[in-house]
Amino acid sequence: MATATAQTLPNDINTRGDVVLEDPIAGREPLVRGGHDFHAVTEMVCKFNEVEVKKTPKSFLAGLSLAGAVATMFFGYVGYLFWEGPGIWGNNNPVGWAWDIVNFVFWVGIGHAGTLISAILYLFRQKWRTSINRYAEAMTIFAVICASMCVALHTGRIWMDYYLFPLPNQMGLWPNFRSPLEWDVFAVNTYFAVSLLFWFTGLVPDFATLRDRATNKWRQRIYGFLALGWRGSMRHWVTYEKAYQILAAFSAPLVLSVHTIVSFDFAVSQLPGWHTTIFPPYFVAGAIFSGFAMVNTLMLPARHFLGLKDLVTVRHLENINKVILLTGTLVGYAYGMEFFVAAYSGNEYEGFTFINRSFGPYWWAYWIMLSCNVVTPQLFWFKKIRTSVGWSFVLSIFVNIGMWFERFVITVTSLHRDFLVSSWDYFVPVTEVFFLLGTFGLFFTLFLLFVRFFPVIAMSEVKGVMPEANPHWEGYGDHGHGHAAHAAAAEVH
Amino acid sequence: MAQIFPKWWNKTPGLGLLGTLAGGGFAIFALYWWASPWNTDVGYKPKQPVPYSHKLHAGDLKLDCRYCHAYVERGPHAGVPPTQVCMNCHRQVKKDSPKLQAVRDSWQDGKGETSVAWVRIHKTPDFAYFNHSAHMGVGVGENRAAIGCETCHGRIDTMEEVKQDQPLSMAWCIDCHSDPAPNLRPVEQLTAMGWKGDLQWNEKAAHIATTLNPPGALPRAAVARADGTMETHATAGCSGCHR
Repeated sequence: MATATAQTLPNDINTRGDVVLEDPIAGREPLVRGGHDFHAVTEMVCKFNEVEVKKTPKSFLAGLSLAGAVATMFFGYVGYLFWEGPGIWGNNNPVGWAWDIVNFVFWVGIGHAGTLISAILYLFRQKWRTSINRYAEAMTIFAVICASMCVALHTGRIWMDYYLFPLPNQMGLWPNFRSPLEWDVFAVNTYFAVSLLFWFTGLVPDFATLRDRATNKWRQRIYGFLALGWRGSMRHWVTYEKAYQILAAFSAPLVLSVHTIVSFDFAVSQLPGWHTTIFPPYFVAGAIFSGFAMVNTLMLPARHFLGLKDLVTVRHLENINKVILLTGTLVGYAYGMEFFVAAYSGNEYEGFTFINRSFGPYWWAYWIMLSCNVVTPQLFWFKKIRTSVGWSFVLSIFVNIGMWFERFVITVTSLHRDFLVSSWDYFVPVTEVFFLLGTFGLFFTLFLLFVRFFPVIAMSEVKGVMPEANPHWEGYGDHGHGHAAHAAAAEVH
Repeated sequence: MAQIFPKWWNKTPGLGLLGTLAGGGFAIFALYWWASPWNTDVGYKPKQPVPYSHKLHAGDLKLDCRYCHAYVERGPHAGVPPTQVCMNCHRQVKKDSPKLQAVRDSWQDGKGETSVAWVRIHKTPDFAYFNHSAHMGVGVGENRAAIGCETCHGRIDTMEEVKQDQPLSMAWCIDCHSDPAPNLRPVEQLTAMGWKGDLQWNEKAAHIATTLNPPGALPRAAVARADGTMETHATAGCSGCHR
């Protein structure tokens, strides 16, 4: 067995004596590089959280101010929208849905990567998830907040949004349970609630770490409150692991169901271009695709500025890029299949919609979508590119752009030329760009606050995948009381 | 490590949960009850410019409702009587009563220019279309029935001053529109107070109700007959009232 150790790893801590501690796949990079011990991991992760408020780096404050300013603009814009109504948008017949729904689908799709990483990869025991799950989940929650904003604010009479919920009322009215839009309300709410619980459960042991390291009373109290009295006893861990597994099992189907229901918003209607059975898997693949791209967009700068390159390694990056390659290819297949079905069905309306989509007035949107979503990820076939930080970051931006345009293409091009030629129109946004920009401001404000005050890496989980966590591990160097020494001692007796 | 929180903090999660449930329940109750017409409108009894007693006129003297509210069978509004209707009697009866001063001021031997400023009690919002005449007799021949005055306005014959008896909320409308039978009565009993159907009538009413809102028919206000004329149905659809 020890022969596998012939392939020397950058840090030679994976093997000790005759006990197999190494990765079953020989030669693979370890998940945590640089030979750090548990304490070093804690120090690395907590460092930025524990910077005194007055010593917050200027560059961080500049970023937060920028994001905060845009978020403030967003709330001003929401006030304007509240006052004036959706007439401040370009939506009109026949394009009744435009950027409002485009932004909603864009944001809710992004969330899906976080849930995939935190739930499905957990259930499949993909240990590499531990370094990236915390902020992928944070990304999910903030993206779902942005998505809910888009969809709650597009209703026209925003103050009547409580109609969405089945509350007892003097009108004797219930929501229309036959409408996919109502299913969407439940899907998104369930998604938000479960994601938040899952995220918080994972945070509890790490909050306890921050509480125990706190140097002032208020820090200790706030983190202590969030840590729910965590003491790290064996009983706590057993309960925690069970709760985490249950929540993972809850979340896993949501990765598939939420965006399926979002796709029903379109697919259950009878509009050519929307009414397609391929929509649910196509939307789910697209959601994971866009979400992983956003993970890269957020992760690469964060790991750089926070100095977490030993925890979030090129191996993680490569895995993420492989998922982007797979899901991007699936999305490309779906694009092709839509055209195939339009042609093969012989349905002239379906055929017209797709020809119009790619060569009609919105051809530019279609080709932006196609080049960003189908061509871009194919570059990740090259190992050089998928292991390059620079390439990954740039390509992730392209994927984000492409996936926004995908939703734009689906929503607007299917609507703008409907069955009556006399009602055809060309949708032009009016003030919507502030809406989209504003949600980005909100998203980045929340994300930066998260980076500042929450442990961005699940410390307890990362420690669990380090060699030090193995019960047979014998320490960094032989102190004479490791496994081998004990075995030798046993022989003597 | 010293304790950060006092021991009673252990109770906070339970208290928080209890508070959330109680608060949420309270908010829903507040919306459902306090903000509903059951609470805001029922019992509304504004002060009228003339101390007119419905109990005396409609109850003790047994004036028919339609003597004053003359358009109830013909138009969307039942109509508030013009001063002339009051003066039909009060030129002879109690003609010097100080309580009737406002009526006489309005009349002035038929030359008065201002109406008595009666205060409206039963209001429906602008977006809810309501037509009295549609409720005063629907169906043809054998199957003709009506909703009585008292069903919506209560026992007017016992009210000194009129107050709102029913909420006029949407759920209240819908309740009857989805099951009108218990509130149907023969057209002859339209203005009767305290009327109750016998077993025979109740069976007939159940039958009439099916003709008003046929089971399986799309709920809508008007359905075209074969000859092209329109037939009005008691509707459970949106567009009957929200036109």
